[in-house]
Amino acid sequence: MITVKINGFEVKVEKDTTILEAANKIGIKIPTFCHDPRLRPHGSCRICTVEVKGGRNLPTACTTPVFEGMEVETESEGVVEARKEILDLLLANHPLDCLTCQQAGRCALQDLCFQYDVKESSYGGAKKEFEIDNSNPFYYSDQNKCILCGKCVYVCSQLQCTDAIGFAERGFPTHIATPFNQGLEESTCVSCGNCVSVCPVGALVPKSKEKFRYWETSPVRTTCSYCGVGCQMDLLVKDNKIVEIQPAMGPSNEGLLCVKGKFAYNFIGHPDRLKAPLIRKNGKLEEGTWEEAYELISSKIAEAKETLGPNSVAGLSSARCTTEENYLLQKLMRAVVGTNNVDHCARL
Amino acid sequence: MTNSIREVKKADAIFLTGSNTTENHPVIGAQIKQALKKGTKLIVADPREIELAKYADVFLKIKPGTSIALSNAMMNVIIEEGLQDKEYINEKTENFEETAKLVEGYTPEKVAEVCGVDPEDIRRAARIYAQAERGSIVYCMGITQHHNGTENVMSLSNLALLTGNLGREGTGVNPLRGQNNVQGACDMGALPNVYPGYQPVTKAEVVEKFEKAWGVDLSKEVGLTIPEIMHGAEHGDIKVLYIMGENPMVSDPDTAHVEKALKKTFLVVQDIFLTETAELADVVLPAAAFAEKDGTFVNSERRVQKIRKAVNAPGVAKADWVILMELMNKLGYNKEYNNPSEIFEEIRMVTPQYAGITYDRIDAVGIQWPCPTEDHPGTKILHQERCGRGVGLFMPVSYSPSGELSDEEYPLVMTTGRVLYQYHTRTMTGKTEGLNQKAPESYVEIHPKLAEELGINDGERVKVASRRGAIETKAKITDIVSEKVVFIPFHWAEGAANVLTNGSVLDKYSKIPELKVCGVKIEKLA
Amino acid sequence: MKSIQDLDRIRQKSLEKVNLRRNVEDANVEAEASGEGLTDGKPKDVLVCGGTGCTSSGCQKIINKMEIQLEKHQLKKEVKLIKTGCFGLCEAGPIVIVHPEGAFYSRIKEKDVEEIVEEHLLKGKVVTHLLFKGAIDGDQVKPIDEVDFYKKQQRVALRNCGLISPEDIEEYIAFDGYKALSKVLTEMTPEEAIDEVKKSGLRGRGGGGFPTGLKWEFTAKAEGDQKYVACNADEGDPGAFMDRSVLEGDPHAIVEAMAIAGYAVGADMGYVYIRAEYPIAVARLQIAIEDARKFGLLGKSIFGTDFNFDMEIRLGAGAFVCGEETALINSIEGKRGMPRPRPPFPAHKGIWDKPTLLNNVETYANIPQIILNGAEWYSSIGTEKSKGTKVFALGGKINNTGLLEIPMGTTLREVIYEVGGGIPNGKAFKAVQTGGPSGGCIPADHLDAAIDYDNLISLGSMMGSGGMIVMDEDNCMVDIARFFLDFTVDESCGKCTPCREGTKRMLEILERITEGEGEEADLNKLESLAKTIKNTSLCGLGQTAPNPVLSTLHYFRHEYEAHVKDKKCPAGVCQGLLQYLVIPEACKKCGICANKCPVNCIDGVKGKEVYVIRQADCIKCGACMAACPFKAIKKG
Repeated sequence: MITVKINGFEVKVEKDTTILEAANKIGIKIPTFCHDPRLRPHGSCRICTVEVKGGRNLPTACTTPVFEGMEVETESEGVVEARKEILDLLLANHPLDCLTCQQAGRCALQDLCFQYDVKESSYGGAKKEFEIDNSNPFYYSDQNKCILCGKCVYVCSQLQCTDAIGFAERGFPTHIATPFNQGLEESTCVSCGNCVSVCPVGALVPKSKEKFRYWETSPVRTTCSYCGVGCQMDLLVKDNKIVEIQPAMGPSNEGLLCVKGKFAYNFIGHPDRLKAPLIRKNGKLEEGTWEEAYELISSKIAEAKETLGPNSVAGLSSARCTTEENYLLQKLMRAVVGTNNVDHCARL
Repeated sequence: MTNSIREVKKADAIFLTGSNTTENHPVIGAQIKQALKKGTKLIVADPREIELAKYADVFLKIKPGTSIALSNAMMNVIIEEGLQDKEYINEKTENFEETAKLVEGYTPEKVAEVCGVDPEDIRRAARIYAQAERGSIVYCMGITQHHNGTENVMSLSNLALLTGNLGREGTGVNPLRGQNNVQGACDMGALPNVYPGYQPVTKAEVVEKFEKAWGVDLSKEVGLTIPEIMHGAEHGDIKVLYIMGENPMVSDPDTAHVEKALKKTFLVVQDIFLTETAELADVVLPAAAFAEKDGTFVNSERRVQKIRKAVNAPGVAKADWVILMELMNKLGYNKEYNNPSEIFEEIRMVTPQYAGITYDRIDAVGIQWPCPTEDHPGTKILHQERCGRGVGLFMPVSYSPSGELSDEEYPLVMTTGRVLYQYHTRTMTGKTEGLNQKAPESYVEIHPKLAEELGINDGERVKVASRRGAIETKAKITDIVSEKVVFIPFHWAEGAANVLTNGSVLDKYSKIPELKVCGVKIEKLA
Repeated sequence: MKSIQDLDRIRQKSLEKVNLRRNVEDANVEAEASGEGLTDGKPKDVLVCGGTGCTSSGCQKIINKMEIQLEKHQLKKEVKLIKTGCFGLCEAGPIVIVHPEGAFYSRIKEKDVEEIVEEHLLKGKVVTHLLFKGAIDGDQVKPIDEVDFYKKQQRVALRNCGLISPEDIEEYIAFDGYKALSKVLTEMTPEEAIDEVKKSGLRGRGGGGFPTGLKWEFTAKAEGDQKYVACNADEGDPGAFMDRSVLEGDPHAIVEAMAIAGYAVGADMGYVYIRAEYPIAVARLQIAIEDARKFGLLGKSIFGTDFNFDMEIRLGAGAFVCGEETALINSIEGKRGMPRPRPPFPAHKGIWDKPTLLNNVETYANIPQIILNGAEWYSSIGTEKSKGTKVFALGGKINNTGLLEIPMGTTLREVIYEVGGGIPNGKAFKAVQTGGPSGGCIPADHLDAAIDYDNLISLGSMMGSGGMIVMDEDNCMVDIARFFLDFTVDESCGKCTPCREGTKRMLEILERITEGEGEEADLNKLESLAKTIKNTSLCGLGQTAPNPVLSTLHYFRHEYEAHVKDKKCPAGVCQGLLQYLVIPEACKKCGICANKCPVNCIDGVKGKEVYVIRQADCIKCGACMAACPFKAIKKG
């Protein structure tokens, strides 16, 4: 174990721990844009810059391992000055359209400019001018808002392993692009949206059907209902509506989702949903009450049992329903109807 | 899965067969690719050159339905070259000799002809898997949906036993579950032969236990499987069919036959949409979607995870568990549950694997069964100390050709599967525009040579016919498939692949239909 | 190569090939005529520089012509024509040297070839009017190594450049080539080899100045089943060509050194990362690698030991940042050339995350000499903390533009005035910029500073890879800073915020200043922004990019102030601040200026009225001033 002092507080951590991890351990928050613990540390944004006693310059907390006796200041005058300068520089090349930006409220640039009182940039000069790529059906890529933290590129290459996007050009004109700038729809992008989920600003945003602000939503942690991977995710809910889905760090998905888990939630509040029991009358399905429906079903079951016995009734359970519901259906068939005629589509 | 999902990243070699992982389990597909970036070796055996085949160290483009031959040939090579884990075999398995004898006849040269691959590739694949410190077998429906699906699985587990690739991190025999809660449905005994926890309905003490728990007398007679139920319905033996959250009109083989059967019975369908199946129902019950209720799903790695209510169900729709409970009550079985956690409490009382799992314990992170007691952490890896039954049993299995071989009238082999942008019968995904834009309609993959022979151009309408029916669909010319093999994803009701598939040939153990192989012919439509 | 004896045998056999170049004879002793053929009776080696500089000034034509002439005079047996690497004095190219006299012909044209052949080769008479002007003193011909440009030099890294044919492994062997490798493999343990390098005091010549021996030791001690050695030949500083010259002139030195390094750190594979813009260097290195393989100096069981080593070339696409070691490693791996954070250092996680030793070309070029002559010899050269010699590419306002190698500790003044021959046209020296585009500008006050790593840093500059650009009174230091920053802004990889965004904003401020729109507050803004960029950038490129601005602000703040306060460019360079004015008293009303003006902004009446320039329309092209026969137009 290595002992380090951060802002005067001692903390003991394992060898190879970074300053950021050590600070997190004792609840000291160091701001980041480009850090993601799942990625190989890349140290692009430099906002997590800290002061190390005796050090030559200001190292980044996310990439610098601790050493015995290290003394770190995370909010010293020099650090704050540097962070303000970095924010100033980022802001100089970023549209100030927070009023209408979908990301407002979830934007790390907005939050940090607020924290460090950077109201506007002190620089004029060149600004990027890119066309918005809206060719993908699920999300926009607005490079004018990109702060080049690189997370989207690294998530795509290191975690999703699709390598659909990368950095194009260099220096000031650097931007995220698909090969030959052909646009997302022509690329190998599989629309998993994992880049969208990690974008700290409004450069990659879902094509949302709803108007909402993130502060109006509340997250509900749940398990994805598509395939058997069991990805964990948060449903963002506003006014009894799911407005977005964010991946969570579940043991099987580690913060990843696929196109269906991330974007295909439209069915939940879809107008075609069944809203009332339907009962076939004169060959046509017509709305009825629960009581009517239960009455009819129970009489048919009773009739079948009476004429051909309980084995003339069968139930198909569902791999789509909960464990509890599967339990109840087989219990219904076995304990109430009296048959083992229960199956489900595991085979299909 | 014997092992956990993230362990694919720890494997030194992965033998992937019958799974188009990047499309059907995309998040696992991504993790396999992460492993490859770190140097894990990959063997892919599949009738189609799926995305992962491009990254494979060895890709075996096998003919549909020849998996057992391939596994046996790989075993042949491993034994021939002395690459088997002798210590593991001696200490932890039985029936090795018989299996070794059986696979003697499966030389790479012979099997290469059966599978349509290069014998050297079989050797290379066998060596890679056998020589890996940690070898993981990953498979899916491409293995199971055959007349000999169960034996296919046995042949894969033989491979794992032979090389000692079980019970350790990064190893195992790992089926990927296609649906969110197939595992849970099976665990809960939504099967005709077992109660929750895979306790046989035929075993007296089990029946006694459930009779006591539920306070009723129970049948000791094994029930009917889906194909048998359909058959029964068609012949008037099933009077009432209660279907919860399934759409056999699209998902089951030979839909013409399914329709006939469903029309003959009193059909109750409980679902969130008016599916093709619900349209045939006598009573349709509106259910809540997963985001509208509490409960648990069990994923492929046996992890019991929570789902939570986020929004209200539309109209008077109710959660499935509420409907089932109310119907039970209506039928005279008086049991009230206030919430799913009370059902779960009952489940863990009767299901030994779940005994130690509580809602509180899985609030933040799910637990993998078996979890016998409340202080048990759950089980990441099965068969660690020893196999579940004591010692691992080699099950020598022979290759037998698929039930429906192509003949002169139906000269092509059709196999089915799924695409990334749709899910199952599209009840859910069909509602998202972007997905329909990405994958709008049914199509059939045809090899360029075959297309040329038949005079078919890319994108043209074609008729595909089998002994059971015919569909119209769009031609997609691609060399992903072999010359004599065509592929149709089954999601769409228009141009539905399952009009063609064969529901009459079933696996003798699991009764799984032979969905992955059927004989078809193709003609160009004017 | 099975043994040292094999190597000795080849060396003995090859010695005669190079004998004439080993013993230089006095050219002033009149040769005696001796009948037919070669009249002075002595064979000659004619060396023609085939470096990039002389190639572009037409050396191939000279070689072709020489071939024809030798054929014509039937001299092919006695005269060997050798295309060598760079002699260093590129200013004077194309260069031809004739041995054994060491006669130094400069700026040779095709038409001069005949005379050299007929007079010098045939009759033994040095053609004095074609000699480099510094190679003749009165009527005394000075051999090349006594020419001023070379006199103060000590060539260690460049020792074979311009002396041997880089495409002939036997010539390299004749000059003790691969002897160091044989010594290391058969007489030294890896630890001893590292120790020798450590004791020599050699520091990285690529810019960082990190002790080379330590780097070797770290890599040797790092754990890994596979290790690599790599050579950074991605020389990107504008005007710098130290590494190119070594690779063009003496590629085997790099092959040998890398094999030695491989043995020392436990690597069996080497990569040379070289920019594709160096086609001659790439071709010669490729030949060297292939010949070394043929001679068994690369491959399995070198010198009969169990040491295996092979190497490959990786071509860079010209990104400056790929000279940064971690970006270079990314590029070798086929990834975009962007730096990685350090730690982990390449010694622990380099190419493919394996321990990797990365040195630059010049560093490697010193290695065989250190091994052969010993650490003590090497550390006797130079200053206390900077041992050995350093190669510099001298350019800018200097008479002897070219490549030179001097012992550490030589003063800037000696380099500029003695080796470099001073400032042309009698202009006054203003500053010298060292260390490439990220170096600082050192003013005249510090001309007597001895060149070593630490002195240069304390003067606000750095050693860098060895660029040295001289500026005279006509250079505007604000404009110079803008020029260098323009380069780094273009070459920033775009990864980290301060470098990508910050250098761009600095450049914009400098552009404003040079255009006359600067404010006083801009100077403070420049300084504070420069500080953040230095302190927070990810790699050396960003951390040093503000240096030219900071050092000029420090030493030449008055020039900046003149730009922002008085709206004047003292050197008269910044066009936005310039005015061309007609001096009424001097104007002869001839009207030539008005005729020359491309925008017709000079008014006057020929013979009657003094001409006046309409400042609002003037585009400051200077045509009027150049045209005025009476020097009646001034700029200010």
